[in-house]
Amino acid sequence: MISVRDFDFYYGDAKVLHGVSIDIPDRQVTALIGPSGCGKSTFIRSINRMNDIIPEARAEGTIAIDGKDVYAPGTDVVSLRRRVGMVFQKSNPFPKSIFENVAYGLRIGGMRNKRQLEATVERSLTRAALWDEVKDRLQESAMALSGGQQQRLCIARALAVDPEILLMDEPASALDPIATSKIEELIYELKDNYSIVIVTHNMQQAARVSDRTAFFMLGKLIEYGDTRQIFMNPKEKMTEDYVTGRFG
Amino acid sequence: MSARRRKIVSRVFETLCGMAVLIALIPLALILFYVVKEGAGALNLAFFTQMPKPVGEEGGGMANAIVGTLILIGLAALFAVPVGCICGIHLSEYPRSKFSSAVRFAADVMNGVPSIVIGIFAYGLAVLPVKRFSAIAGGFALGLLMIPIVIRTTEELLRLVPPGLREGALALGASRSRAVFGVIIPAALPGILTGILVALARVAGETAPLLFTSFNNRFWSTNLGQPIASLTVQVFTYAISPYDDWHRQAWAGAFLLVMMILALSIIARLAVRRLERMNRP
Amino acid sequence: MKRGDDRGFRLATGAVAGLVLLIVAGIAFELTRQSWLSIGKFGLSFWTTKVWDPVSGEFGALPFIWGTLYSSVLALALATPIALGIAIFITELSPRWLRQPLSYLTELLAAIPSIVYGLWGIFVLVPIVRKIEIALGAKPALGVGMMAAALILAIMVIPFTSSVAREILKNVPSTQREAAYALGSTRWEAIKVAMSYGKSGIFGAVMLGFGRALGETMAVTMVIGNSPRVSLSLYAPQYTMAAVIANEFTEAADELYLHALIEIGLLLFIITIIINGLSRLLIWRMKNV
Repeated sequence: MISVRDFDFYYGDAKVLHGVSIDIPDRQVTALIGPSGCGKSTFIRSINRMNDIIPEARAEGTIAIDGKDVYAPGTDVVSLRRRVGMVFQKSNPFPKSIFENVAYGLRIGGMRNKRQLEATVERSLTRAALWDEVKDRLQESAMALSGGQQQRLCIARALAVDPEILLMDEPASALDPIATSKIEELIYELKDNYSIVIVTHNMQQAARVSDRTAFFMLGKLIEYGDTRQIFMNPKEKMTEDYVTGRFG
Repeated sequence: MSARRRKIVSRVFETLCGMAVLIALIPLALILFYVVKEGAGALNLAFFTQMPKPVGEEGGGMANAIVGTLILIGLAALFAVPVGCICGIHLSEYPRSKFSSAVRFAADVMNGVPSIVIGIFAYGLAVLPVKRFSAIAGGFALGLLMIPIVIRTTEELLRLVPPGLREGALALGASRSRAVFGVIIPAALPGILTGILVALARVAGETAPLLFTSFNNRFWSTNLGQPIASLTVQVFTYAISPYDDWHRQAWAGAFLLVMMILALSIIARLAVRRLERMNRP
Repeated sequence: MKRGDDRGFRLATGAVAGLVLLIVAGIAFELTRQSWLSIGKFGLSFWTTKVWDPVSGEFGALPFIWGTLYSSVLALALATPIALGIAIFITELSPRWLRQPLSYLTELLAAIPSIVYGLWGIFVLVPIVRKIEIALGAKPALGVGMMAAALILAIMVIPFTSSVAREILKNVPSTQREAAYALGSTRWEAIKVAMSYGKSGIFGAVMLGFGRALGETMAVTMVIGNSPRVSLSLYAPQYTMAAVIANEFTEAADELYLHALIEIGLLLFIITIIINGLSRLLIWRMKNV
């Protein structure tokens, strides 16, 4: 479970997240929705501290995973990122073979045994619903795959290191409808084993895929609840305006 | 490998990269230090005003070499600037033609050819037929070295001019040449001038191709058809000689060269800034 | 009227541009023409003969080819890790305010003329190298020789390789590093991912440095000892192609001698074209992938 309490985030002097508090449950899909610039991407990237890379970024408050605050001083960020995997908006496979892409996280973790590597790679690709399509060409370059396949490869790559949580930042926004529905099916299958947090600007997608939905606006968490409730019976007026399409 | 060990490895390599920077800066510091220490100390009025003394005699200067270098780079510019600029103009106006690709490749080849080989070419064309070393041959060799640099900077800078400017001029009915010379070149002029100055600074420091084109001259000469002294060749001659006084003067010459190159780079940078300020409305 | 103007413009500027093509062809032609006597007399054995004896008219270029390749390879071995380290530091590790000054300082190394390197080489580097050779037990310890040449070439090559490698690294998309970090990579592991992405361009940068070292004349001739010899010894004075041309061109008493020297120049021309061409290809492929 991810417990966020009074989380503020700054880029330099600009405050982009205001006092976010939310409990994200295990083994469910939680969708973050909201208009452009509302902070949902910044929030999701704070969970695995990817924002650390940005020079002027600063966080206050706590994000606790299974009770331990990831922003506590002395946190091992490298280990954190193995427990919390991430898939990006535009797929970013390494210019290596399909096999080596999935094996990357395993290799830097120290796995050297060839059979172990092959088994883990196969398992990850199967979980990402890509194995059948690539099993005969694992040594080919990942760049030769289609956009949708590349994104599933990135998912497989993230799954290979056996995370508990999978963060997905608009994973299907660069894909065509068929590839998108494949990704959505995949998310549905994955939630049995992983906690998934997905950022999406596509409300229908959020409605299709998630169990819980959080609505952000201007850096604040406006409403959070069961997906059906958020879309059918929103409590806040702003939520209602957004989900009925009154503003984008 | 545990996460902790990986992080230690990461720190070690990051430190090594930092050390690489320091290692590279050491020779830089040493060279500049010695050039300034030995060279600045050896500079005196005689250096600038007198001719080399006969072998073994103390004193004298490099007046002829200083003037010689200036003449040589002047000749080089005369040759390289028109050819290089016009070529750069053609490449930027017709960037995708097969001809332009071939020319660009040829310019790249010219850029990579060692300067001594260019010197042999200049020797064959400008020295052999008249059986005489000359300033013109030296200027020709240096000009050849300058051409690819001028081509590249001219082309790059003309490309940077906003396309709206070119389209605007052409839309108003201007011919290609009007558009280029009237509008585009003035816009890119600061950058082109910098490119020329930078190229001049580079060839001012060349020695190898001059060894058998402009050769050297112990006496004062501004005759373009005769061998001419140059700072670089003079420094070389003095450096490999057995005389301490000549070594001292070699350092002075080196110091002057480095100062000249520094001055040209600074002027280039300042000129760009001033012209850019002028061009901005 | 405008049409004619435009055509005239294109032809006129094209004619000048064509001069460049003419010059390159001219260089190849002149070098071959002016080495004809030597090519004719010695043929292929020119490249494999060790003897360089102007007095008896026996000319073999092997010692110079050896000296050039040996000194350049050594220089590359020394310069490449440092140049790449600098490139990595400036693009990945250094704080933002330090980047400009550091790049400027490395460019400064490239701006120093070869003759100044040579002068410094004779009076500062060679004495240091001699002390090192004495400490290592070399006999005789002259200071001039392969070690000094490799060192000075390495210093001269560093800024070239480094600035191209820097450009390559700058152009690696940040999403690559992000992917690496998201999988729990350390800083160095993420840098390795970036380097791997840019590896053909980086290889091109190294080749560029190699080409630079091959053609360097003045600094090398002032510290290498100028003695033709095929030897693995780091202490022995040796000779390079560019150096022998520089030193003996104006001394060449007869035509065969001159032609032999020019034939060496022809080889240098061909080698540097190949190396530089390869390097540009690799870098261009990197930018257009």
